[in-house]
Amino acid sequence: MTDIKAQIDVLPGLDPRAPLLEVTDLHVEFRTQYGVARAVNGANFTLAPGETLAILGESGCGKSVTAQAIMGILDSPPGFITKGEVKYRGLDLLKLPESERRKVRANQIAMIFQDALSALNPVFTVGYQMAELFRVHRGMSRGDAKRRSIELLDQVKIPGAKARIGDYPHQFSGGMRQRVMIGMALALDPEVLIADEPTTALDVTVQAQIMGLLAELQQQRNMGLILITHDMGVVADVADRISVMYAGKVVEEAPVYDIYARPAHPYAKALLESIPRLDMKGQELNVIKGLPPALTSIPQGCAFNPRCAYVRDECRQDPAPPAYTVAPGRTARCHFWREVVGDE
Amino acid sequence: MSDLEAVAAAQGPGAGSPPEPRHVDKRDKPRSLAGDAWIDLRRSKIFWVASILVAIVLLMALFPTLFTSADPRSCALSRQHAPASGTAFFGYDFQGCDVYAKTIYGARNSIQVGVLATLLSGIIGLIFGLGAGYFGGWVDAFLSRFIDIVLGIPFLLAAIVMAKRLSADPNSNGVMAVTITLGVLGWTTAARIMRSSVIASKNQDYVAAARMLGAGPARLMMRHILPNSVASFIVVLTILLGTNIASEATLSYLGIGLKGNAISWGIAISEAGSYVRTAPGPLIWPSIFLAATVLAFIMLGDAVRDAFDPKLR
Amino acid sequence: MSDRNDVVLETKGLVKHFPITQGIVFQSKVGAVRAVDGVDLQLRRGETLGVVGESGCGKSTLAKLLVGLEKPTAGEINVRGENMVTLKGGAMRRARRNIQMVLQDPYTSLNPRMTVGDIIGEPFEIHPEVTPRKGRARAVQDLLDTVGLNPDHVNRYPHQFSGGQRQRIGIARALALKPEIIVCDEPVSALDVSIQAQVINLLEGLQNDFGLSYIFIAHDLSVVRHISDRVAVMYLGKIVEIGNDEQIYEQPTHPYTQALLSAVPVPDPRLRGLRDQIVLEGDVPSPANPPSGCRFRTRCWKAESICAEQEPLLQIRERSPHPSACHFAEPRDVVHAV
Repeated sequence: MTDIKAQIDVLPGLDPRAPLLEVTDLHVEFRTQYGVARAVNGANFTLAPGETLAILGESGCGKSVTAQAIMGILDSPPGFITKGEVKYRGLDLLKLPESERRKVRANQIAMIFQDALSALNPVFTVGYQMAELFRVHRGMSRGDAKRRSIELLDQVKIPGAKARIGDYPHQFSGGMRQRVMIGMALALDPEVLIADEPTTALDVTVQAQIMGLLAELQQQRNMGLILITHDMGVVADVADRISVMYAGKVVEEAPVYDIYARPAHPYAKALLESIPRLDMKGQELNVIKGLPPALTSIPQGCAFNPRCAYVRDECRQDPAPPAYTVAPGRTARCHFWREVVGDE
Repeated sequence: MSDLEAVAAAQGPGAGSPPEPRHVDKRDKPRSLAGDAWIDLRRSKIFWVASILVAIVLLMALFPTLFTSADPRSCALSRQHAPASGTAFFGYDFQGCDVYAKTIYGARNSIQVGVLATLLSGIIGLIFGLGAGYFGGWVDAFLSRFIDIVLGIPFLLAAIVMAKRLSADPNSNGVMAVTITLGVLGWTTAARIMRSSVIASKNQDYVAAARMLGAGPARLMMRHILPNSVASFIVVLTILLGTNIASEATLSYLGIGLKGNAISWGIAISEAGSYVRTAPGPLIWPSIFLAATVLAFIMLGDAVRDAFDPKLR
Repeated sequence: MSDRNDVVLETKGLVKHFPITQGIVFQSKVGAVRAVDGVDLQLRRGETLGVVGESGCGKSTLAKLLVGLEKPTAGEINVRGENMVTLKGGAMRRARRNIQMVLQDPYTSLNPRMTVGDIIGEPFEIHPEVTPRKGRARAVQDLLDTVGLNPDHVNRYPHQFSGGQRQRIGIARALALKPEIIVCDEPVSALDVSIQAQVINLLEGLQNDFGLSYIFIAHDLSVVRHISDRVAVMYLGKIVEIGNDEQIYEQPTHPYTQALLSAVPVPDPRLRGLRDQIVLEGDVPSPANPPSGCRFRTRCWKAESICAEQEPLLQIRERSPHPSACHFAEPRDVVHAV
């Protein structure tokens, strides 16, 4: 059965020539009893069809919050988007009313999470949850929806899809559940898929399977993929471009080959040097001294300055370093990026 | 923050939770969980309202003379159902007693029975809950079935039988009887809560760590399991306190609670019942005080539970 | 440096089966989860033995068996020659002092209601013969200092520390009784990448300073390679291959090890598409019902009929200079295959 995609209202304001996804100067803050936590402080991303953008960073850097803001699933309160634009094909999603936003969600931009078990409803069968998507968003009949669901499970390579339609989420293994979640995310043929740590909780062999599946599906559909992770190995395997985040800002953005060969930001550099590598033994693990800052009290100037090996006085003073252009398509928020690049 | 730390800490959906400020406390003072709970409590309006009410009622129970100089037992039939005058703010009841004084003095018995009965329930509940939760296996099976049996006993029926038997002595005023009755019949919920808290704590990593160090059951129970499972238990007890006070009033109203010339809200309500059409005052005032007290304890329990709720710190 | 002949820990035929029961009143055993199904290993003084494997392989259960949190169904655990399984009472308590554990989750491994000083001092209270009461406070502060924390923070509570710091507290607690052996059960898995490096460096430093021997259990193969001298690969309750770091990582002979290594992403985009990628089909079989013969045969590309009939023992073989449990063991350089 063919998709009746034409049934969706074409959102007014969509410009097919505009970038697929463009996030500009996004600011998100959380108002808590401990103060205001500035989770995202001016993040910029762009994504083209068929491209994989990896957002890399450690906990508290703001990467998940960014994804939630793009999807419009931010917990508000206590989270508030205070500034910025999230443009899907030229249309600013932040300005849309919730009803329109909901149409964009799942239809155009979909998201998968780390823990499939809590993202899937445990009291409904997998088949039911999938079919519901088709019935609600595409107006399909029960029979068509069921057929489509089985097709989808096949696409994500779940063996014996027809039989497993009637299974509950807990009857699947971790890797299989992740596939189910991917299937549901792709059910309505979105153009953008945001994957928030999709394989962190999985075994490494299963991780390889899932990443392989994502790559294949992305290619087939010419989808844009935003991969949020802290795993530099996974990123090296699949990403086209990388944005490294620290304390709510994108501190370096570069094509994947460039950033691994010659990082331009001290944080990216230090991160690369601190991970043990499978193909190397006995190299000294470089330690980044100190801790990431509390988001309620981000240091003045460059947020990384207390831990930076290249720090000078200017780094401690406002304004924070702007995104210097290191090369076409490559930026770094460091006053001394030339030194960092030169040091490799 | 959706990566491993958040998942490990929250065991929640991978959608990520608002970033907690991960920092070493810059203040020098160590902050225990109780300390943090107190900070939360301080800001809760419910807590303050409830605490003030409870404090007032406690004062009434301990020092009734602070509130009234009249003697609740000096009654004169000549003043039967007389309207309010002088310091008798609520008027006089059918025996000519000062309703206000009776209400104030009634607090003492009500609170006393409530507190003692709750204490008794607490002790029994703690032992059963801790035992069932910690030892598991057939001990748990046995104790849990016992709890189920006690739960199955219809409260009123059992209370009537027990109270009547325990206060058979014509000289007693029934306080001990009612206390024991309520205490012995009301511990089951607390025991169950304790049991589930203990089971949850028992499986925590830090208990495993202590076992690995060689800690024996006594140390595990006292040092590790009990302190971490006691929060909900205490909350149940504060609520139980409220309901015990109400139960005492119920029993007294039915004539099987306090006897003799004891003064309590339940007795006052009972006696005033038949005259409610002509003189509603003697019924209404003790009822208001009773309701307010029960409510105050329950609100207090709510506020304390919310404050101790393990928000991830 | 490890003295070849100084074996501090040895297990022989270690087995742990968890019974599966049915019935409410009279429970009958209908099967067993064979979590650890015959493990032999040796740990020498000053050495780090890494244990890797995926979920369900039994490495966590192995850790618990080693420190006495679970009782083995069969087999021996010899610490300095003494079989811990047969010891009782006081003798067992004393023997247990020598082997401690660092747990995985820094957020749940410390009692939130105890101060850090109490947590680290608890071993001294349980084993009063180790340090006299007067010296305890000082010992606790020394331990804090040893793991890189401020000794003035003895009176703080766990929630006032970050994940990495809490893990250090856990390490300090493990060190208190001056054990010879420390079992590390995924000690850095729950930490951020940059903090992992700090804790790994700490563990290595402590090993050098105190001559400790580690059993390092983890699923992150890169971390294990970094810190271990020898590595054991587990699958469904058994060790399928064991060797030193070069043997396992550069010349693995068991198909599972090879698949495992090939699945680990390497942070070098230039190797993209060039590495030897072995993608395993299907899921791990249930430990309650492992396949007959070789347990890996259901997912193995080399499987033949002999694999279902005869279980391959962990031993040195014609084409495998280090012990490997495969009838067709053969080295294959997966990691460097460019």
